Amino acid sequence: MDESWKKAKGVFAALGAPPVLWLLAFFLVPLAIIWGYSFGENKSLTEIAVDGTFRNYLHAVRPLYLGIILKSFWFAALTTLFCLVVGFPVAIAITFASDKAKSWLLLLIMLPFWTNLLIRTYALMAVLRTEGYINFTLAFLWNGVSHLTALFGHPLGPFQPLELLHNNFAVVFGLVYVQLPFMVLPLYAALDRLDRSLLEASLDLGAGHFTTFRRVVVPLAMPGIVSGILVTLIPSVGAYLTPDLLGGPSSQMIANVIERQFKTANDWPFGAALSFLLMYMTFLAIAVQAIVSRNRRGRER
Amino acid sequence: MAAPKTIIRFENVSKRYGKVLAVDDVSLSIDEGEFFALLGPSGCGKTTLLRMLAGFETPSEGRILIDGEDISRTPPNKRPVNMVFQSYAVFPHMTVADNVAYGLKVDGVPGAERARRVEEALGLVKLDGYGARKPDQLSGGQRQRVALARALVKRPRVLLLDEPLSALDAKLREAMRSELAQLQEKVGVTFLFVTHDQDEALAMASRCAVMNRGLLQQVATPSDLYEFPNSRFVADFIGSVNLFEGRLEVDEHDHAVVVSPELPTRIYLDHGVTGAHESTVWVALRPEKIELHKRGQGREPPVLEDTPGGHNVVPGIIRQIAYLGSESVYDVAVEGGRTVKTLRSNLTRRDQEDFTWDEPVWLAWHACSPAVLLS
Repeated sequence: MDESWKKAKGVFAALGAPPVLWLLAFFLVPLAIIWGYSFGENKSLTEIAVDGTFRNYLHAVRPLYLGIILKSFWFAALTTLFCLVVGFPVAIAITFASDKAKSWLLLLIMLPFWTNLLIRTYALMAVLRTEGYINFTLAFLWNGVSHLTALFGHPLGPFQPLELLHNNFAVVFGLVYVQLPFMVLPLYAALDRLDRSLLEASLDLGAGHFTTFRRVVVPLAMPGIVSGILVTLIPSVGAYLTPDLLGGPSSQMIANVIERQFKTANDWPFGAALSFLLMYMTFLAIAVQAIVSRNRRGRER
Repeated sequence: MAAPKTIIRFENVSKRYGKVLAVDDVSLSIDEGEFFALLGPSGCGKTTLLRMLAGFETPSEGRILIDGEDISRTPPNKRPVNMVFQSYAVFPHMTVADNVAYGLKVDGVPGAERARRVEEALGLVKLDGYGARKPDQLSGGQRQRVALARALVKRPRVLLLDEPLSALDAKLREAMRSELAQLQEKVGVTFLFVTHDQDEALAMASRCAVMNRGLLQQVATPSDLYEFPNSRFVADFIGSVNLFEGRLEVDEHDHAVVVSPELPTRIYLDHGVTGAHESTVWVALRPEKIELHKRGQGREPPVLEDTPGGHNVVPGIIRQIAYLGSESVYDVAVEGGRTVKTLRSNLTRRDQEDFTWDEPVWLAWHACSPAVLLS
């Protein structure tokens, strides 16, 4: 059946052509145009001449922009690390939950996707700002303790709200919040495939839970860990909305700079060059990862 | 020879899952050096019992002792038992040697001794030279050997085997039976295995416990289970059997007679039955213990020297023949509508031609052949 399906080239073409054309017309062509712009320069307000210049790229690797790119990678790496640390126990909990609880927990993980990112980010602002829920709760507790200590003649003094918003902390916090489901789902998928008797065998052979986790669970869940890291890291590097709304002036990421080139600065060629610089770096990271994993697999053979 | 020492003792162990009683008040002792089988149909609680011994389940009631020490609440990694899992559970990301070394490594056995013991264990299961291979380069049988070596290298007090042969193909299963028995003799470790396959249990075990619906039905040697079952369940579960319901008509110390409405003859037994007179009993008769004789053309019924006339002989007609090579199974319809299974070994190459379809025959059995069951 599937053999003849492959041989029926007409059917294959009919089914395959629409998505291919779609991707070609609305993804690859615009991407190629932007790529072309990255080698061009502004002639007038609306005219760009693609003259093969590398000026934009030279501009982009100046310390100012390179610093922002590096910071973007640093934020993304921190985000990925926190997602991994927070997500692994969550994924384990879902894996070992009862079948009924499992579907509810998975629903909870996916629930944020049903709300627009913008709304979720504003909600996070309401939580983090100086008059937000966290500071409100802290102030309440502070005042309570203060009343108590006042009884012994040592009041704590007025509460100083924590500055949780518009700084680097807020950006990484927001990114972890947004990216966490993308880490949990591949981890869960990998853990769920794991044969439970392997864990029992490890315990049976005298290993404790931590040793079992380190020697059996982590190595066997490695494909899930790697894909979780990739799908968390890559979108985090290019995150735009979160640093824009939650970040302060010094916590801008590369996507915010790119946005400014296309909008306020009206320097499309430079914006294009920055975009593609980011893309080259991401491709490079994925290629290195692929080569490393292929070499490792090759050695195991 | 010194009296065997009890190594495992289950004391009134029960296991409840919500409302379901998976193991129901089981008390059982297993001696050092035994090759013990837990036998029963799926869902009878035998695996739960094994997993409670390994530490993956905790008894709801009762105690489990190993060498006299209560281990009911000891975590699995602190128990002197090791398990061979049904799926073998060989770590796919480790080499064979690393798999076997795993338990020694977590115990902190030093490198040189570890290597020596791994080598020794691999030799024991005939996997010398396979140490560097990965599990995906091994056959199912070889993976099982890795699981065996990995468990035995820890020198457990008891080796637990969960359906050890169920994942192997028929030929290999047969070979593995005797090999497991030899291995057990060689290492001298107590083996406790779970199986639903009665042939497997009879062939390998020195003693079996038959379980049904969480209850221990009978604990006996394989031959006692087969020849002296204590219930209809055991008689029916172990091997093939003809069961006749009847009344105990005579019950003397040296003989007994059972009348069954399902048979046109009275059943004579050469031993007394400790049952109430006129109570309902069941007679279990194994197919191979029933003789087949020619009938018709004025032939007289066969005479049984240990049985008074008019007992243990039934006329019938052959309805079905299953030729199995080494033996043939005949379904004989007797008066009253019952079909009785009898088995005849094909001792020569012409034996299967002796009887044919729809042939009138006499069925006869000796007074010592039937077993009387009270439940």
